[in-house]
Amino acid sequence: MTSVARSTLSLGIIAAICTAMVAATWLLTRDRIAANEQAWLERSLAPALGGLAFEGTISMSRLDIPPPHGLPGAEAAIVYRVYDGGRPRAALLTVTARDGYAGPIRLLLGVTVDGRVTGLRILRHRETPGLGDRIDQAKSDWVLQFAGHALGDPPLERWAIRSDGGAFDQLSGASVTPRAVIGAVRQTLVYFDAHRDELFSAPATEDAS
Amino acid sequence: MTPAGWLEQLKVGLWRDNPGLVQLLGLCPLLAVTTSAVNGFGLGIATLAVLTASNALVSATRRWIYREVRIPTYVLIIASLVTCVELLMKAWVPGLDRSLGIFIPLIVTNCAIVARAEVYASRHGVRKSLADGLGMGLGFTALLVAIGLFRELIGSATLFGRLDLLTGGEPLPGLVLADGGWLLAILPPGAFFALALAVAGKNVIDRRRQQRLRDAMPGRTGVAGTR
Repeated sequence: MTSVARSTLSLGIIAAICTAMVAATWLLTRDRIAANEQAWLERSLAPALGGLAFEGTISMSRLDIPPPHGLPGAEAAIVYRVYDGGRPRAALLTVTARDGYAGPIRLLLGVTVDGRVTGLRILRHRETPGLGDRIDQAKSDWVLQFAGHALGDPPLERWAIRSDGGAFDQLSGASVTPRAVIGAVRQTLVYFDAHRDELFSAPATEDAS
Repeated sequence: MTPAGWLEQLKVGLWRDNPGLVQLLGLCPLLAVTTSAVNGFGLGIATLAVLTASNALVSATRRWIYREVRIPTYVLIIASLVTCVELLMKAWVPGLDRSLGIFIPLIVTNCAIVARAEVYASRHGVRKSLADGLGMGLGFTALLVAIGLFRELIGSATLFGRLDLLTGGEPLPGLVLADGGWLLAILPPGAFFALALAVAGKNVIDRRRQQRLRDAMPGRTGVAGTR
């Protein structure tokens, strides 16, 4: 055998062994990872509903809205519908604020069927520790101020931080991050207002993986 | 290998040729994740597992690895191991996996691991390579935890916060010493300061030890030191 053929063969065999190793680990961990993610999802969805009473599981009513859509973010928006006895009760919208200080901020907004915010949670962000990362509910109560508000309460143009003439608190030392989050929330509420009926009547997206 | 041989090998990794302090390898994850002791420990253990397994695998297959393709082969082995470790972490310590984020997949690019495969494992037997991987991994973990502790203490004024990332369950605040700390320590510059202090500290200790040795044996000055 030439040295090229020999090297290729040895690399190929090792690649096959390595692939088998990864495949075995994947088979071993697949169910646990799926269960972890499901549990984490239910756990992270619940707080954004602010204790709203309903029947059934939230994660079963998932609806994926592929881009382009009128919601913030370039990726698919994920909506979980909450029904109570078949009647729409609230919706949880996962959207992306693209103008964060350090990249996109993924957030989860809970809205009742009549457009009132039940809660806001930050799912993913890379904002500066100690400054912008206080939007994270684990670090400060900043996100809690939105619960109970709706479009028109305050009026649309006052959905902004105070230094921009709005009605909401900012974070000292960080203005880019709160501005991005509030902008995304406002846009989501406007979208929800216009598309409410379609959102609640659309069938659930199959295979939410 | 004798127990003394193992101990000697571990000491090389932990202190004498510590991958972070002396070889200055794997600095990207080292500087990036050490914002708390728990994060440092998590990444350290993951690196330790990959390093030990990759050293053993490379050493065991070294007769079948051809020189021309050895680097791709090492990268292949290391990348597979990292993927396995990541899957295992997602399954058993999902909180920590979420907290370390991209730095687990990035272990692939930790040059400390390729370096050990190339410099050590490809030239030594499986048991020696295993000991080398363990020693280097432990040295890396110890440094990550030390820097994590230091930065957490100064930056957030807590000790061992968020231990729940390792154990699961409710968020644990750890030992809270004050309300907020000196932010700079957990920002990127703090990582460089902390590492610089650690490297300087090691050099001071080594020099003192050398000095003591020289004082104890006045007749043998000039002999290359006991680095």
